[in-house]
Amino acid sequence: MKFTALLFIFSATLVSCMAQESDVTIKTPDGFSTTTVAANFGKVRHIAVNANSDIYMKLSKLVNGKGIIRLRDKNNDGVFDDTLYFGNYIGTGIALKKGYLYASSNSEVFRYALNAQQNIIDPEKPEKIVTNLINKGQHENKSFALDNEGNIYVNIGAPSNVCQELDRQKGSKGSVPCAILDSAGGIWQFKVDKLNQSYAEGIRYATGIRNSMGLDWNSEVNQLFVTIHGRDMLFQDYPEIYDQKAGAELPSETLYMVKKGDDCGWPYVHWDHLQNKKILNPEYGGDKVKTGADNAISPLVGFPGHLAPNALLIYNGNQFPSKYKNGAFIAFHGSWNRTPEPQEGFYVVFVPMKNGKPTGKWEVFANGFAGMESVVNTRSAKYRPCGLAQGADGSLYVSDDSKGFVWKISYNK
Amino acid sequence: MKQIFISCFLIVVFGILLQSQTGSSVSKSNGKEVYNRYCLSCHQSDGGGVPRMNPPIIKTNYVNGDKIRLINVVLKGLNEPIEIDGDEYTNPMASHAFLKDQQIADVLTYIRSSFGNKSSAITTAEVKAVRAKIK
Repeated sequence: MKFTALLFIFSATLVSCMAQESDVTIKTPDGFSTTTVAANFGKVRHIAVNANSDIYMKLSKLVNGKGIIRLRDKNNDGVFDDTLYFGNYIGTGIALKKGYLYASSNSEVFRYALNAQQNIIDPEKPEKIVTNLINKGQHENKSFALDNEGNIYVNIGAPSNVCQELDRQKGSKGSVPCAILDSAGGIWQFKVDKLNQSYAEGIRYATGIRNSMGLDWNSEVNQLFVTIHGRDMLFQDYPEIYDQKAGAELPSETLYMVKKGDDCGWPYVHWDHLQNKKILNPEYGGDKVKTGADNAISPLVGFPGHLAPNALLIYNGNQFPSKYKNGAFIAFHGSWNRTPEPQEGFYVVFVPMKNGKPTGKWEVFANGFAGMESVVNTRSAKYRPCGLAQGADGSLYVSDDSKGFVWKISYNK
Repeated sequence: MKQIFISCFLIVVFGILLQSQTGSSVSKSNGKEVYNRYCLSCHQSDGGGVPRMNPPIIKTNYVNGDKIRLINVVLKGLNEPIEIDGDEYTNPMASHAFLKDQQIADVLTYIRSSFGNKSSAITTAEVKAVRAKIK
């Protein structure tokens, strides 16, 4: 009796401290294990993990009036027991670099100085380093990456599907030139330590990028890598050219290395991984065969259509086996525009790379987030991978913006 | 005589009811075809939409409320973020004015009586009247 009571108290204490386990089984390659480290925090988009294991989560919907949550393990028992809410804006991007936390709203970027104890010195008074970026609702996320020389690269997604004269209007032609590219549809470079920069102070670093939700700086080759969401509605708007299956599979979602001045071809072309070509979009006279945008670069990898690559992480930790070093993890949020075909995605993919170039075929690294074999309607997926972060110990963290979970994936040797 | 009159009256009433019932269910099944072709991708097969992007059409006032506003959404599209149950949806909807009045009446009748919605049918005349005011 006494033992039972003790056991009960012990279990109750354990349960109250630990994060609620997600009700899905995450499948990873042999040797890896997954634990739930955060549960039910809302619409958790991108995440960042500090050297002291603090997790920062950026929310796309305010909770208690706040848009950033910090989880801390105060007594170092492996369980987060302290929650700090701050920042009164919604958004997606969040990252740590050299003593600062960076976070973005859908039109601005802020940074917060950390002290030696890794506390934010003034959580409600960040420095606004970038301001007045276009936010028209569609592709509004200002996700970003930081290099090692004091620059920040901000995704300014195009508020448009394919730069038609009338956006998403069946039959409407593509605009030439596409005026959107002057202020969106690309990546802008700013300084991390200057206040209130906007278009006049920034540099359009790369263009022809519809929406690059995933960005990371590849320190092995000192270049920016991005994942891009391809266009929608090929089947719905051009069934005479793209049948139901082709419209689900195309266009490719893509991984690029982008250098200063590069053009990735949007809105004129999309990447077709079945032909390995830049195919002219039908709004610009394309017929599934004609190529275009000769000046545009090609991606490193083309994935099946509509999977929604929401986060990119170039792995430079030492915990995982050597094949993972300098390779790319990509969190796929899961499709909606494959309808009426079943949806696809809802997993984390790995691309082996060396010297910034793929060395083998991409593979699904962590799967099972949807909690079902086949997803018909996007919203029925239980969890949707949205953010990635690397811990100081080399573990990989994956966030979900459906219910607000975070998982930690570790290699156990 | 009185009995015959009542019988005739009942037959006529029943006939009208039957006809309108059949008319409505034909409209609904035609509406489903229109839905699958033009609406399914964004609003999905359960009418639940896509989180953050395309709004649900289940039990929302946009669908079950003012018919004129609803007809206008189809005719003009909707190019501003909207909030439903505290969640914002930001993808624009294109104008579907290229659909015939009958197709719009059918698809709206279908969505107003599907996915748990139980609202009245929309007629071709109602669509025609709203379209006339736009031009």
